[in-house]
Amino acid sequence: MSTATTKTELEGVELAAPDAERLSALLVGLERPPRPSALSASLTFGWRAMLKIKHVPEQLFDVTAFPIMLVLMYTYLFGGALAGSTQEYIQFLLPGILVMSVVMITMYTGVSVNTDITKGVFDRFRTLPIWRPAPMVGYLLGDVLRYVLASAVMLTVGMIIGFRPDGGVLGVLAGVALLLVFAFAFSWIWTMFGLLLRTEKSVMGVSMMVIFPLTFLSNVFVDPKTMPGWLQAFVNNSPITHLATAVRELMAGNWPASALAWSLGWAGLIMVVFGAVTMRLYNRK
Amino acid sequence: MSTELAIETTGLVKVFGENRAVDGVDLAVPTGTVYGVLGPNGAGKTTTVRMLATLLRPDAGSARVFGKDVVKEADAVRSRVSLTGQYASVDEDLTGSENLILLARLLGHSKPAARDRAAQLLEGFGLTEAAGKQVKNYSGGMRRRIDIAASILNTPDLLFLDEPTTGLDPRSRNQVWDIVRAVVGHGTTVLLTTQYLDEADQLASRIAVIDHGRVIAEGTKGELKASVGSGTVHLRLRDAAQRPEAERVLSLALDATVQLDADPVALTARIDAHGSDRGAAEQAARALAELARSGITVDNFSLGQPSLDEVFLALTDKKGVAA
Repeated sequence: MSTATTKTELEGVELAAPDAERLSALLVGLERPPRPSALSASLTFGWRAMLKIKHVPEQLFDVTAFPIMLVLMYTYLFGGALAGSTQEYIQFLLPGILVMSVVMITMYTGVSVNTDITKGVFDRFRTLPIWRPAPMVGYLLGDVLRYVLASAVMLTVGMIIGFRPDGGVLGVLAGVALLLVFAFAFSWIWTMFGLLLRTEKSVMGVSMMVIFPLTFLSNVFVDPKTMPGWLQAFVNNSPITHLATAVRELMAGNWPASALAWSLGWAGLIMVVFGAVTMRLYNRK
Repeated sequence: MSTELAIETTGLVKVFGENRAVDGVDLAVPTGTVYGVLGPNGAGKTTTVRMLATLLRPDAGSARVFGKDVVKEADAVRSRVSLTGQYASVDEDLTGSENLILLARLLGHSKPAARDRAAQLLEGFGLTEAAGKQVKNYSGGMRRRIDIAASILNTPDLLFLDEPTTGLDPRSRNQVWDIVRAVVGHGTTVLLTTQYLDEADQLASRIAVIDHGRVIAEGTKGELKASVGSGTVHLRLRDAAQRPEAERVLSLALDATVQLDADPVALTARIDAHGSDRGAAEQAARALAELARSGITVDNFSLGQPSLDEVFLALTDKKGVAA
C-alpha cells in the first residue's frame, strides 16, 4: 500500500507532543476578524476545489480525455454520412459537441457534493458563520475551471482536425463564455441531487437519466427538420438546442439574439429554482 | 437569570422516522466549565450536539446557546461555537496546513494572517513536520490534533467535542485531554460527549448521563457517585458452586442488590452508608463474617469508592444489574 510508507515517515512527528504552555499561548488575546464577504467566502471555497485538483490530478481525466474521444468519435463516425465529409461536419458539430460535453461534465458536481457531505468536514463548513451558499458556489467556481479546460482541449482538437470558425477568436470566446454561464447555472440541478440522494451511484444514475435524453434530443448532431413532428416540438424547445444554436452562431460570427435570450433565460430559471431547492436542502440536511 | 448559561435546552426532541433519538433533553451548562455528556452508543449524544451546533433542527423544545436560539439566531450561535465531530472535521484530501489556512480565511483572516495563524497552530500542536502532508496520511492522534487546532483558529466561546478520544491510543488520548484543559483554562466552555467514564471523570465538572434520548442523571461527579451508594464490595469465591448461597447471605447482610459478575466466582454489591448508623467498612466486615459463618470461602475481597463506571452501569442498565 502506498500510504504505508507515508505513515512510517510521519511516525517521528508523532513524538512531538503539544505542551500545555505553548498551547495556552496559542489561545490568548486573538482578535476576531470580521466575517468574510459572500464573494471572499465563495472564492475561498473555489480555492479549495483547486487544491483538490492539485492533489488528485487524475480527476481531470473526464475533462480532457473524454471530450477528445467524443470529438474524434462523432466527427469520423457521422461526418461522411451526415454532411458528406468530416471536414464539412466538424464546422457544424464542434460547437454542439462542445455544449454536449460540458453539460455532461456538469454532473460530476453532484457526485463531488454527495461524497463530500458524507464526510465530517461538511459539518464544520455548516457551523461556520459565513454566507450560506458559499460552499456550493465554491464547488461550481472550481468546476467552471474544469469546463474552461474541457473547452480549450476540445477547441484545440477541433482546430487540428479542421474546425475553422468564421467568428474568429472573439466569436469563439463569446461562445465559450455563454456556455460557461449556462453550465454554472445548470450545475445547480446536480448540487440538488447531490444533497437529495443517498449514494454516489444513485447520483450518477439520475444524472445519466437526465443528461442523455437532454443532450441527444437536441440539434447537436443533426438538423431537427429531419425528425418527426412530436420530436421536433421537444427538440426545438429544449434549452440545449437553444444553447447549441447560440454557441454555433456566435462562433460563426453572427449575433443570435433570440437563441441567446432563450439560453440565458433558461440558465436564470434553472439557477433560481434549483439554487433555492439546493439551499433549502443544505440548511435542512 | 443572573449567571449566564452557555447552553440551555428545554424538552429538546429529535425524531428520525420511528426512532426518538433525542426525547426531551433538558440541559443547563454553566459557562467556563467542561460539561460531560455521558452515554452508550446510540444514546442521542451526537444528535443533541448536532442540534446545539445548528446542524440539525429540533423537532420540539428549544435550545439556546449564550442566550441565542439555535434555530432563529443560528448565525449568532455559529459565530461563537466550534465543532469537532466524531469523524475528523477537516478535509482529508488537503494538507494540514491547507486545511487551517482555508478555515482561517473563512473566518475572515487576511491571507498573510491566515498563513501565520496556521503555522502558529501547527507548531503548537506538534504538527509542523506533517504540515505539508495530506491529512489522510495522518495517524489517529494527529488527525484529532489538526481537528482541534481547526476548532480554535478563533478561540471559540463554546467548543463541542464529540467523542474526541474514541479510537485513540492512551498517549494520544492524554494529549487531547491536555489540549482540552488548556482550552478551558482560557475560559472556553467545553461540551464533551464521551462513552468513556474515566474521560468524564478526568475532565468534566458536571455530567449528564443520557440513555435512550433522555437525561437519566445529572450533577457533579461527587453527586453522581453518591447516588449509587458509598462504597462497593468486590468478592471472589474459591468455589463457583457457592455463589448462589453467597449472593443470598450478602444481600441479607448488606440489604442491597448483589450483582453477579461475568466471572463465575465473582460478586459485586453496593453499600449504602448514608441511611445507616454504620460506616461502609464496618458493614463490609460484618458481611464477611456472615459469609465465613455460612461456610463460604472468600479468596479475595476489596472495598472501593463507587467509580463512574458503576454509576453508569447502574443508571443505564438497571435490568442488567438486577438479573
